[in-house]
Amino acid sequence: MNVTPPLPKWADLILLPLINLFAAFFVCGLIVLAIGENPFTALNVMIKGAFFYPESLGYTLYYTTNFIFTGLAVATAFHALMFNIGGEGQAYIGGLGAAVVALLFGPNLPMLIVLPLCILSSAAFGALWALIPGYLQAKRGSHIVITTIMFNFLASSLMVWLLAGPLMQQGQQSPQTVLFADAAQLPQMREVLGYFGFELANSPWNLSFFIALIALVVFYILIWKTRLGYEIRAVGKNQEAARYAGINVAKIIIIAMAISGAFAGLMATNEVLGVHNRVILNFTAGYGFTGIAVALMGRNHPIGIFLASLLFGALYQGGAELDFEFTSITREMVVLIQGMIILFSGALAYMFNPSLARLIARISAPKEATDG
Amino acid sequence: MSETMNKTSGANAARYALELQGVSKSFGLVRANRNIDLKIESGTIHGIIGENGAGKSTLMNILFGMHRADSGKMFANGEQVNVRNSADAIAHGIGMVHQHFMLVNRFSVLENVMLGSEGGSLLKQGKQATIARLKELGDTYGMVVDPHALISDLNVGMRQRVEILKALKGGARILILDEPTGVLTPQETEQLFEILRVLRADGVTVLLITHKLAEIMEITDNVSIMRAGKMVGHRATAETSPQELAELMVGRKVLLNVDKDAPQTNNVLLDVQGLGAMSSRGHRILDDVSFQVKGGEILGIAGVSGNGQTPLMEILTGMRIPDRGHVEILGETISHDAPKTPKQLREIGVGHIPEDRHVHGLVLDFEAQENMILGYHDGALSGDGRLMDRAGIRAHCETQMEKYDVRPRDPMLPAANFSGGNQQKIVIAREMYSNPKVLIVGQPTRGVDVGAIEFIHKQLIALRDAGCAIVVVSVELDEVMGLSDRIMVMNDGKNIGIVDADKTDTNMLGLMMAGIEQEAVA
Repeated sequence: MNVTPPLPKWADLILLPLINLFAAFFVCGLIVLAIGENPFTALNVMIKGAFFYPESLGYTLYYTTNFIFTGLAVATAFHALMFNIGGEGQAYIGGLGAAVVALLFGPNLPMLIVLPLCILSSAAFGALWALIPGYLQAKRGSHIVITTIMFNFLASSLMVWLLAGPLMQQGQQSPQTVLFADAAQLPQMREVLGYFGFELANSPWNLSFFIALIALVVFYILIWKTRLGYEIRAVGKNQEAARYAGINVAKIIIIAMAISGAFAGLMATNEVLGVHNRVILNFTAGYGFTGIAVALMGRNHPIGIFLASLLFGALYQGGAELDFEFTSITREMVVLIQGMIILFSGALAYMFNPSLARLIARISAPKEATDG
Repeated sequence: MSETMNKTSGANAARYALELQGVSKSFGLVRANRNIDLKIESGTIHGIIGENGAGKSTLMNILFGMHRADSGKMFANGEQVNVRNSADAIAHGIGMVHQHFMLVNRFSVLENVMLGSEGGSLLKQGKQATIARLKELGDTYGMVVDPHALISDLNVGMRQRVEILKALKGGARILILDEPTGVLTPQETEQLFEILRVLRADGVTVLLITHKLAEIMEITDNVSIMRAGKMVGHRATAETSPQELAELMVGRKVLLNVDKDAPQTNNVLLDVQGLGAMSSRGHRILDDVSFQVKGGEILGIAGVSGNGQTPLMEILTGMRIPDRGHVEILGETISHDAPKTPKQLREIGVGHIPEDRHVHGLVLDFEAQENMILGYHDGALSGDGRLMDRAGIRAHCETQMEKYDVRPRDPMLPAANFSGGNQQKIVIAREMYSNPKVLIVGQPTRGVDVGAIEFIHKQLIALRDAGCAIVVVSVELDEVMGLSDRIMVMNDGKNIGIVDADKTDTNMLGLMMAGIEQEAVA
């Protein structure tokens, strides 16, 4: 039984994630070295590829947008101690929500009405898809991890059936919907900023990035400023005390899951409304799962989630550049780096905690002694 | 400090079964034990007394090898020893009975006693040897236990006996008992003390850790007092008094008795009739309980824990639905067909200080100020706007911390970082702020130090005098007797009887707690 002193807040929030990140990069560097390449050159290529080439920043922020949504989804559920593994499925169904509105009203109504409806619809569909596992957990005790995983498969099957059937574009072979009407297409950042006189290189970065930023603020206010957030956190930290306090635990679990699903569903605003302008097969591409790592690394806090999303966005974009630049390093290297980051900042998040805590205690102890 | 003799052998070695010199242990910045010196004479019962958080448990864990001291020396029977883990401790003849039993409930007594020394891959031989040894120990010390009984079928006193047998079977000549009487009835406590006396007669050294002064006075030969990680005194029990021990523990004079006037009662605010409840496994845990409490009086509920007090409190506070009977509380009815939620009851003026503050009373990861509004977060305490008024919540918390002397006065500190007594003060401050008309209190001072106990008792008495109907459930008989105007004793989910607090004594309550009706006693 070894008790370690608690870590100061700043070290827990900033230092520890940074150390974990460096550890991950260090191990990856060793692997690059083993392949026979210079890890510093590789890192340089990645950073340049993620931030400095004309179109690269746009791509990085486009990926970032996805991760903010799915990271928020996982974080919201986690504040109620629900492990939502179903972000992938909820985002997929969110895409259906956007498509239904876009296909029905896109051709007839103006953009200012259609787009908000599409956005709301994607959130609502995602919420609905998460609400069912939430209900099953709260009222029937079916474990949320199991049900949300199963709901990913359900979402996938449902979408395959829809995209290859009722929603498939007439006269086409690929499982996708028709292109949305202009009114249901989210403006590109290049167009928006171009309007204000900023020249941007071509990239899929679109207005949904702002929706993601708004979502971060909404999340912060919801969790830390509202009574609902207070109740969600109380349920997450101590369900029995929440019950004692008169909080309807089942209701809070269902609501938290619905909000979680809404954030996931909003991912469709980026991929469906902003980039493809149609629903294509598997547009979620694993972003929902990466959201778990984002939330873990971001410590379920909006600032952390934003930074973690940016990191993963840069990894996705810079990793593509790596593949391009080196013959010996392939796209799989990015998967490896991601894996390492998830390993060090997720599974091994607290590996350095005891030694760091002891180090900080040792540094601050003499100061304490002179005080007293 | 006199010159100590150590590293000697022969006659001197037998003098002290255990000796500590300058033992210190820190957890980060917390110095749990500072420069502890302790000598325990062989063949005596030695008490260690101190408030919660004084460092008693840390010291015992060092003795039993569960913690390693940062510095200092330890001697067992005159030999310097290095105890790195519990196996080392056992090898040096040290045995420990933990406060929370370390028994496998679905195993038999025999299997539990064998655990850790099964002797080979086949159990048969070990079993036979253990049965023989159990019989031998039972004959020597008068502790007879059926080796084939399941632990889950034994009562608490018997389980403790199994723990002691387990330690003795390992060859322990030094027995450490950590708060052994917390879960026992007075009669079971007496039986335990009888066993300890027999052990002492046989030359076993007993180290008894407790915070109950009466037990120290009754059973020990010597006593050491700890405060804030330090040893503050050693006394021969015959030469000290409870008052002196209490002062040494707290570091100032304390009031041991609860000071209160005769109750000024008014209307019946709480009327319980024929209340019953079933456990989720279908056992009857509350059986036809009826009683009334008037405004301005305290009804104490005595009983060994697990005899229906918890479900009763849960029903009265809306956390459990009864299957029979009904409760009239402040003009509302609670019954199977008309259940009330904790929120509804709180709104009509029912306060609830729960039995276990870590499970129910607090969200330990929440800041003190967030805990100060728990259960009242819907109301005016969190402001009138859509968003919670954080500044207002903090101001409220600061006021309450001042009023109830919660230390440290830091509203932003997570509840987990307060000591037990201060955590309890947070809960009490919260529940008293709303001026409840009925207050249901469970274990008001569990794990709270003597100084804070005094304060909490005063607060409860003040609320009583203001006309509140209070129900206090406590396993501390002294507390029930000191606080209550009337005492209801519960056994096996039933109300055994209600007696006036000033017309009863420990012995009578003890018999009632064992299930013997009041008439039979009188």
